[in-house]
Amino acid sequence: MTKTAQSTLAEKVRQATDVDVAECYQCGKCTAGCPMTRYMDLTPSQVMRLVQVGDEAAVRRLLGCRTIWSCAGCLTCTQRCPKDLDPAAVMDVLREMANREGTVPHDLKRVLKFHKAFLKNVEYAGRMSEVPLTSLYKMTSGDFFSDVMLAPAMFLRGKLPLVPRVIPGRKEVRRIFKACRHREDEP
Amino acid sequence: MTTIGYYPGCSLHGTGRELDMSIRALAEVAGADLKEIEDWNCCGASAAHSLNHDLAVALPYRTLALAEEQGLTEVLAPCAACFSRLKGTAVRLSRSPDLAAKMQGITERPYKGTVRILSIIEFVNRLLKEGLAGKLTAPLGGLKVAPYYGCLLARGKDIVEGDDAEQPTAMEAALAAAGCAVVPWNFAVECCGGGFSMSMTDAVVDLSHAILADAEEAGAQAIVTGCPMCHSNLDMRQQTINAAGLGPHDLPIVYLSEIMGLAAGLEPERLGLNRHFVDAMRVAERSA
Repeated sequence: MTKTAQSTLAEKVRQATDVDVAECYQCGKCTAGCPMTRYMDLTPSQVMRLVQVGDEAAVRRLLGCRTIWSCAGCLTCTQRCPKDLDPAAVMDVLREMANREGTVPHDLKRVLKFHKAFLKNVEYAGRMSEVPLTSLYKMTSGDFFSDVMLAPAMFLRGKLPLVPRVIPGRKEVRRIFKACRHREDEP
Repeated sequence: MTTIGYYPGCSLHGTGRELDMSIRALAEVAGADLKEIEDWNCCGASAAHSLNHDLAVALPYRTLALAEEQGLTEVLAPCAACFSRLKGTAVRLSRSPDLAAKMQGITERPYKGTVRILSIIEFVNRLLKEGLAGKLTAPLGGLKVAPYYGCLLARGKDIVEGDDAEQPTAMEAALAAAGCAVVPWNFAVECCGGGFSMSMTDAVVDLSHAILADAEEAGAQAIVTGCPMCHSNLDMRQQTINAAGLGPHDLPIVYLSEIMGLAAGLEPERLGLNRHFVDAMRVAERSA
């Protein structure tokens, strides 16, 4: 089958996910089922369309949008796509690019900070623990006061272990992080 | 005695503690031997696939490789997110020798692809078949429950097998065997906001409120889940939801393994039912 020439962005997406965005015919089913659209500036189907277009303006719009940071990864779009495309995986690729380019909308940086705090914790210890994760998140996001009242109640229920979980193979995990890190990337 | 590998995942040692307690207790009563993978690491959860697609595969890969090395052919991952990440990785590796070679390079570990990942629902159904059904001596007296699959116990092509992604039924036989009455409701596969609990709390409050409201409308006396993220959003956050002026809700959120454990006559404390934010001991009182 002859395919229309793809944008550079569409080609990047295809390489990372095997999704050929040219196949998207804009039925809107992904958008209709998405539980997070009220927090988004572009709908999932608009994201797919802009990846198809892929010119400079489209790339700028996509990498600076709120949508990719508001995607909960619930997979409703992916499950329902009649063309078996995977909009959730497309969001992953765009999010990774936006992180690298530093184009995250200011008020959504806390979502990025949470992901980074989570990974920092896992890179160091091999596992996530609630206390290091929340402390690191609060320090980096400046969101100091939310949920502080939950901590004592969690502690009483045995749900806030104070000793962080650390695995014997943590050095190996750190090496894996290093091997996966793009040269220009952090954390 | 059946030996099944066990990947508790990080949450089960903290916020999802009841899930770990009830899984272990249930395995014991059913005569299954759970063998925890030694030195397992975090699956990467939403954070890894949000920021680094290699890491999102490499982290589960290391755990799969460890399980294989330790002679485990089946591994239970009770957390829905861990299940989805581990099994999703196993499926992708089986399809792409290139990806498998790349991951072997990154992790410096071989993995032949011999490990099968089980969800909490598959695990419970398996135990029922292997003798647990005959041990359910304390049924729950027609307790009305809304089975909640959320995202990752319903969706993910080739990850969740043998069920309908829009109207799943995999929990129903187990719940019926435990003496529960399953109520029909609309939010069985809707998202609770998942990992946004801290970073987008408003969204979690809205989505979880809608789930609680629909379950109440359907007459449910409890929501049954298999996911520690859903559990913390619906249980621990229920007071946040009420404080936001939504609700008010007062609905116990229980794990499938807790319900089965109660029906098997286990002490509620041993299953962790006393550790919930919304009182769940009233569910235990229904047990005959």
